[in-house]
Amino acid sequence: MTEPLAAPPKPLNPARSGVFRRLVQNPLGLAALIILAVVVLAGIVGPLVSPFAPNTADLVNALGAPGTAGHLLGTDSAGRDVFSRLLVGAQSTLLAAALAAIVALVVGLPAGLMAGYFGGWFDAVASWCTNVLMSLPAIIILLAASAALGRSVWISMTVFGVLMSPGIFRLTRTSVQAVRGELYVDAARVAGLSTASIIGRHILFVVRAPLIIQTSIVCGIAIAIQAALEFLGLGDPLTPTWGVMLNEGFINIYSSPILAVWPGVAISLTVGSFVVLGNALRDALEDSPKVKRARPIKLRAPQTESISVVDLAESDHLLSVSGLGVGYPQEDGSTKIVVSDVSFHVDRGEVLGIVGESGSGKSQTAFSILGLLPAEAEITRGNITFDGIPLVSAGQGPTGGHRLSQGRLAQLRGKRIAYIPQEPMSNLDPNFTIGYQLVRPLTKVLGLSKADARARALELLTIVGITNPQRTFDAYPHEVSGGMAQRVLIAGAVSCNPDLLIADEPTTALDVTVQAEVLDLLRDLQARFHMGVVLVTHNFGVVADLCDRVVVMQNGRVVESGDVRSILRNPQERYTQTLLSAMLEGKTPMTMLTMPVPDSDVKVGLS
Amino acid sequence: MVSFIFRRLISGVVVLFVVSTLTFFLLYFSATSVARNILGDTATPEQVLLKEAELGLDQPLVSRYFDWLGSVLRGDFGVSWFSSQPVVESILGRLPTTLSIVLVTIVIAAVLATLFGVFAAVRRGWVDRTLQIVSIGASAVPQFVVAIILVTVFAIGLRWLPATGYVPLSDGFSGWSASITLPIVALAIGTVASTAQQVRSAVISVLSRDYVRTLRSRGLAPTEILFRHVLRGAAPAGLTVLSLQFIGMLGGVVVIEQIFALPGLGFLALQSTTQGDMPVLMGVVVYIVIIVVVVNLLVDLAVGWLNPKARVS
Repeated sequence: MTEPLAAPPKPLNPARSGVFRRLVQNPLGLAALIILAVVVLAGIVGPLVSPFAPNTADLVNALGAPGTAGHLLGTDSAGRDVFSRLLVGAQSTLLAAALAAIVALVVGLPAGLMAGYFGGWFDAVASWCTNVLMSLPAIIILLAASAALGRSVWISMTVFGVLMSPGIFRLTRTSVQAVRGELYVDAARVAGLSTASIIGRHILFVVRAPLIIQTSIVCGIAIAIQAALEFLGLGDPLTPTWGVMLNEGFINIYSSPILAVWPGVAISLTVGSFVVLGNALRDALEDSPKVKRARPIKLRAPQTESISVVDLAESDHLLSVSGLGVGYPQEDGSTKIVVSDVSFHVDRGEVLGIVGESGSGKSQTAFSILGLLPAEAEITRGNITFDGIPLVSAGQGPTGGHRLSQGRLAQLRGKRIAYIPQEPMSNLDPNFTIGYQLVRPLTKVLGLSKADARARALELLTIVGITNPQRTFDAYPHEVSGGMAQRVLIAGAVSCNPDLLIADEPTTALDVTVQAEVLDLLRDLQARFHMGVVLVTHNFGVVADLCDRVVVMQNGRVVESGDVRSILRNPQERYTQTLLSAMLEGKTPMTMLTMPVPDSDVKVGLS
Repeated sequence: MVSFIFRRLISGVVVLFVVSTLTFFLLYFSATSVARNILGDTATPEQVLLKEAELGLDQPLVSRYFDWLGSVLRGDFGVSWFSSQPVVESILGRLPTTLSIVLVTIVIAAVLATLFGVFAAVRRGWVDRTLQIVSIGASAVPQFVVAIILVTVFAIGLRWLPATGYVPLSDGFSGWSASITLPIVALAIGTVASTAQQVRSAVISVLSRDYVRTLRSRGLAPTEILFRHVLRGAAPAGLTVLSLQFIGMLGGVVVIEQIFALPGLGFLALQSTTQGDMPVLMGVVVYIVIIVVVVNLLVDLAVGWLNPKARVS
């Protein structure tokens, strides 16, 4: 079993040995490598070791069954040895595939590098040519080429390589475009490296892995196409190839169907191995050990077996979260905990801030309340109770299990618990008008008529400060600005008069001037609808501006919580102090807040 | 939208012009010994010269090109060098066979691939793994090998369906459907498998978009989100794949029609290639490129209709 490993058809760079190890650990990948190694071996030594000359006719034993007169796999209609022909055919098959792959690379790679790196007219022309090549049916072009240039597998495969070059071109171009803007490429340019060495050193390095995968796939397709052409009689009839053998088998399909089996199996195994190898390589490259394979994405709330009925004692609050834990199960069976033992509560009409750096678990906590955690996450422990309704409850025993049905959660979402996302542009469906996206929940959740919903949506757009509500109503998301889109999302969130609003960094993605307006809007709406609000942010300025109480989170835990005024004035924990000083950009906030407030800094005031 | 359609049309015409021009010069540049091929080895050199003059081979290539272009623009693709049948006539006679197979296959593939792809994307788990394995298997076995297996098993072995021949739809539905079932299955297996894969990854990528989470936060039903928003978001990718599959199939029918002895466009393409019947081959190439351009235009229109952003670019 070690032999194939010594001679893989596409050796990877030794630096990628981890990838290679994962590749051979994948049973399909290993099988593909072994099969290809056998084919390569047959291609190299086949002509030397084949028991019979591949074109020697033995008419006495024509159409002999496997085993007849020393013919391992039998003979064809001219009495030629099938096994020998199969062995010899491997060579031309592999050489043809290699030719196609090399042509595709020679055409596609430099063009892709140049188009991606320089852009401009070359990119435009090359991309247009690529589109044309991709929109041509390969076999028809190959037929025309063979009519014009002659029946040779080499001509066909050269033409086919050109037809396959768009795949290489696009891959390279996209990768280069992605890398070109990277800082390290800029740094290399500033450091005075020539364009050629930047391309060689930094850019080729990035594209080589996808290129190897693509090349493997090109080889597979090329073999299939080549066999098809030979099957059609467009190859060289004197060269024993798998396609010619398949044709021969097909002609004798009534008398000796087994003849079609051997070349059919050889072609399928080889083509399949190239395809599987490409897929396995992709998996091996993506599956670096720390990254978990994607888990099922379900359109339903995450459920755990440990969910049970909570005692309703602490449900006087609008929302109470206690001992919440969120984790991501890992491939090795462990769970990566991102939120642990988080507790807080929110009352009606109260604004609670959750503050922390990115990765502190604040957004995960917010999504737990909404039941909108990513499918691969699970709630490991704790209770969440909303207005007396248990959303998540820790399991006390096997019989105490309580599952919140998707229907019940859906009834709460939108209607009673609403959500304002961080990034306005990616949170509106680009394919529907803003009006549609506002009207639909109003009709579905509140049961309004279309006309009423429409009037209400226009009213909401006015409330959130959009000057021309009708135009925004009719617009598609890409036709409005980010600030406008965030107002639309806020309008959508409050449209069904929720009791609790969960705002996940609602101003982070906006321009500074728009941020202040949106915060004002949130404050107005909160007072107007008397909502409880959970405001997730990394910005103490926003907390000071809007919140009544604050929870400071670090590494998935609550570091400190309490009244905003006291936390800002007198942070107990070192982390809060660090965070505060960092947030206020070195303006000596601590002393400022504990000392009499200078006039110039009044806007940090805690009114 | 009007300028969007207009630009696509212009681009399609340019493609058609460039491809047919290149093909013309490629084919006719090499068409030197055709007169001898037609007349056979016994023909005298005088006869060959006469035949070449008759076919216009004595004219300079460029002037022949403009003659050809002029007649094509009037809808005249010339006559076959071998059968003397008008090219348009023989193409139109064979088009229904090929279109029957290709159109039915693409409809079946669209429905099944959407079904499997969406199911695998939403459910993941064993459904997804099965789809992965089946589609790797289906992509491993080349279409024409599948076709040979089908003929061997279902036509020769079990005798359920005819191995060869085409029955026009006008001669009755059952005969027509029996004659195209195996070719369609042969084309559909790989098409469904690879399209379903693409649909699956498109749906998975849309499902992970921020706006899907926001729609869920608005209290909309999961089925509504899946069927209105997610499917619409994934549809452009699916349509693009289907159009590429369709184009690939126009080539694939060459082999399939050969195996099932169906008198279609692919059959004609192969026949004219082996004979060196340039007017017919030119006609087939032009017709196929027209079909490709029309399909791409339709897909562009559909994508523009589904995705308002695409209308602008």
